[in-house]
Amino acid sequence: MAAVATATTPRTPSQEALLKGLLALLPASAVLTSPEDLRPFECDALSVYRRLPLVVVLPETVAQVQAIMRLCHRLRVPVVARGAGTGLSGGALPLGDGVLLSLARFQRILGIDPHNALATVQPGVRNLAISEAAAAYGMYYAPDPSSQIACTIGGNVAENSGGVHCLKYGLTVHNILMLKIVTVEGELLTIGSETLDTPGYDLLALLTGSEGMLGVIVEVTVRLLARPERAQVVLAAFDDVLKAGEAVGAIIAAGIIPAGLEMMDRLAIQAAEDFAHAGYPRDAEAILLCELDGSNAEVSENIMAVRELFSASGATEVRTAADEAERQLFWKGRKSAFPAVGRMSPDYYCMDGTIPRRRLPQVLRQISAWSQEYGLAVANVFHAGDGNLHPLILFDANKEGELARTEEFGQRILQLCVEVGGTITGEHGVGTEKIDQMCIQFRAAELAQFHAVKAAFDPNGLLNPGKAVPSLHRCAEFGAMRVHHGRLPHPELERF
Amino acid sequence: MVGQDISAALQQQVLDALNTGTPLHIRGSGSKSFLGNATQGMALSVAPHRGIVDYDPRELVITARAGTPLHELERVLADAGQMLTFEPPHFGTQATLGGTIACNLSGPRRPYAGAARDALLGCKMINGRGEPLQFGGQVMKNVAGYDVSRLMAGAWGTLGVLLEASIKVLPRPAASLTVMHECGVEAAIQRMSQLLSESVPLDAACHHAGHLYLRLSGSEQAVRHAHAHLGGEALEKGGPFWHTLREQQLPFFGGSQPLYRVLVKPATPPLPISGNWLLDWGGAQRWLASDAPLGYIRERVAAAGGHVSCYRNPPPGGERFEPLAAPLLKLHQRLKHSFDPHDIFNRGRLYPSL
Repeated sequence: MAAVATATTPRTPSQEALLKGLLALLPASAVLTSPEDLRPFECDALSVYRRLPLVVVLPETVAQVQAIMRLCHRLRVPVVARGAGTGLSGGALPLGDGVLLSLARFQRILGIDPHNALATVQPGVRNLAISEAAAAYGMYYAPDPSSQIACTIGGNVAENSGGVHCLKYGLTVHNILMLKIVTVEGELLTIGSETLDTPGYDLLALLTGSEGMLGVIVEVTVRLLARPERAQVVLAAFDDVLKAGEAVGAIIAAGIIPAGLEMMDRLAIQAAEDFAHAGYPRDAEAILLCELDGSNAEVSENIMAVRELFSASGATEVRTAADEAERQLFWKGRKSAFPAVGRMSPDYYCMDGTIPRRRLPQVLRQISAWSQEYGLAVANVFHAGDGNLHPLILFDANKEGELARTEEFGQRILQLCVEVGGTITGEHGVGTEKIDQMCIQFRAAELAQFHAVKAAFDPNGLLNPGKAVPSLHRCAEFGAMRVHHGRLPHPELERF
Repeated sequence: MVGQDISAALQQQVLDALNTGTPLHIRGSGSKSFLGNATQGMALSVAPHRGIVDYDPRELVITARAGTPLHELERVLADAGQMLTFEPPHFGTQATLGGTIACNLSGPRRPYAGAARDALLGCKMINGRGEPLQFGGQVMKNVAGYDVSRLMAGAWGTLGVLLEASIKVLPRPAASLTVMHECGVEAAIQRMSQLLSESVPLDAACHHAGHLYLRLSGSEQAVRHAHAHLGGEALEKGGPFWHTLREQQLPFFGGSQPLYRVLVKPATPPLPISGNWLLDWGGAQRWLASDAPLGYIRERVAAAGGHVSCYRNPPPGGERFEPLAAPLLKLHQRLKHSFDPHDIFNRGRLYPSL
């Protein structure tokens, strides 16, 4: 997590050629080069990684994007695409010798088609704006990452974003139908289709979550769903985190699939309550928020069942939101948990592992033990329905060595997630941040296969190079530093 | 249940094929061999590689070896009150999980609950270098690395040998009821399209022979309320109807004419192509039994933004799947090469040049 900054250095002749070429393609106002203009693009929401790009371009048309890509391809200049910059893994971190391609000006909703339940939008359209536009037809776009007010659909596709309703409604990959992408050579391709199956390989799935490594997304067609007749939230408080974990299993075992099922531990509850005044019980060790949606009849039936299951699991309090305002308030607390925790501490480090739900007690106990060991507090926010755990490690970067201890702690958590059968990232992506942890999750042959896939799209490695998939060389160095259970994760590679 | 892990033997067969330059024909039970293009090559039988590896109903995930018969998998799920969400057609008594994923086959519930690829969370496979690889996992949310597992779904075995798949499963609905309305195809398309923006517990919709069939699934009360809201005659044998539709055992599918699978946007009006039509997937998947020339059918369907594959009794000479545009085909070939550089798996099964 070392911050990188690039000092402004004199431009080389090839850089001059690039800038001249870009200015021939775009109006001068769409080509930014001065340090103060570049500054807002130096990082995404994981601001510990910062770097100024050589140049930022702000195209407005697909033809301009194609021309930019053709130019960069000809000059062999790397390109990093960027949406709203709300990403949490440094995926949009610029390159000092590269172009930062902002899709911010692609803000138009191109069409809403309620008869076919789809919407076609430009990549810079905000996630929430799609649902707002679809509301007139009684429809909405299901994936709702916490940053949905600000994050854009192009970035959602690049990261395969989730949200609090994933268990029932899936991730971005389940809710899009078609993409238009510009390839590294500047060619415009249609990936997927407006129908429910597409001839050939499932390139749509491959592109979704590919973190800008395979192509530049310039148009997205999403699936819309009917807004449920009713949504209702039940809040349950527990005096023990493990009891809350048990309650989650009990709900699933009863055959109920909640629209959202979220857990917060004591520290997260207190932070969220101080911040959002959501009415959470401050003295609880854990709370669960269980949202049920569907037809009025079904929701009524399920609320009764869930309330009983919570009580039977030892909840100290079970509360159903009295009205829509209270339901929104319950969610506001949860969705603002990250910034709320941010107020409690100078810095926090957000982890994003996913684990099989049954391993939750073991993982929470271990995190708690490490929290003691490192002397760093942890607030846990958990998408309990789908096993996605967000431990937020509180630290102070100004205290000598605390950042390094935090990173080490975080790395152990991710390693534990992999050990119990989970993954290093559930929804935030690998980006720059978790590139070394990829060496824990994947073996050399798998990483080599990823590189081969990348090369099929981008043989010269010009799209977002150095992110998402580590080189085998990098893993060898990483493995040499960190021997796992007495064996090296990449024993087949030469060491240095 | 019989379980057996022959992954090492399968890997050895792939390595041997690589050494001798022998193309392989990956085979489960053979139930899907009537689909797609025939492929030449030595049979690589995955059927003995079977058995459930991991299943904890509370995790809503089942992991099984590729040769596991679908009916065994579905029985184990049913015993725990769960099901495969995508309601796959079997097309044979011994249909395997691997074949179902490789062909990405999904049944009537597909528009409302997703396709086989949507339920796929992870896989183990052998690529064309003979390397055993693992992608995805057993958790719903996982964005580490490219989504290679889903790429395997619908790749028809051209990228590698599927060894194992982890599939998201869901509880079976407490109640299910099929209602039937007498109506013409235009009205049916309009109704099915309208229902996309209504909050109803609909999980299958089909129009066939002057009747619209809607399947309502959910809690007892939800189904009762939806029936009151939507009206229609309750069909006593709803279950068997959807089963025979899914397995293509309705008389409609038994003719000797070419049978085409036409995919369009669901609200697309009836297409002006002569023949018999059956609409499934709420109008998004349409079956056409027709003697009209394939070129003419493709042209008409493409004009409506859809595409066509030849399912049964294919006309001689035509491509089974919708041909790809040149730049997309080039990308497909490069991807194929990245997984199977020596072109040993299922040559031509999907497209002649893959």
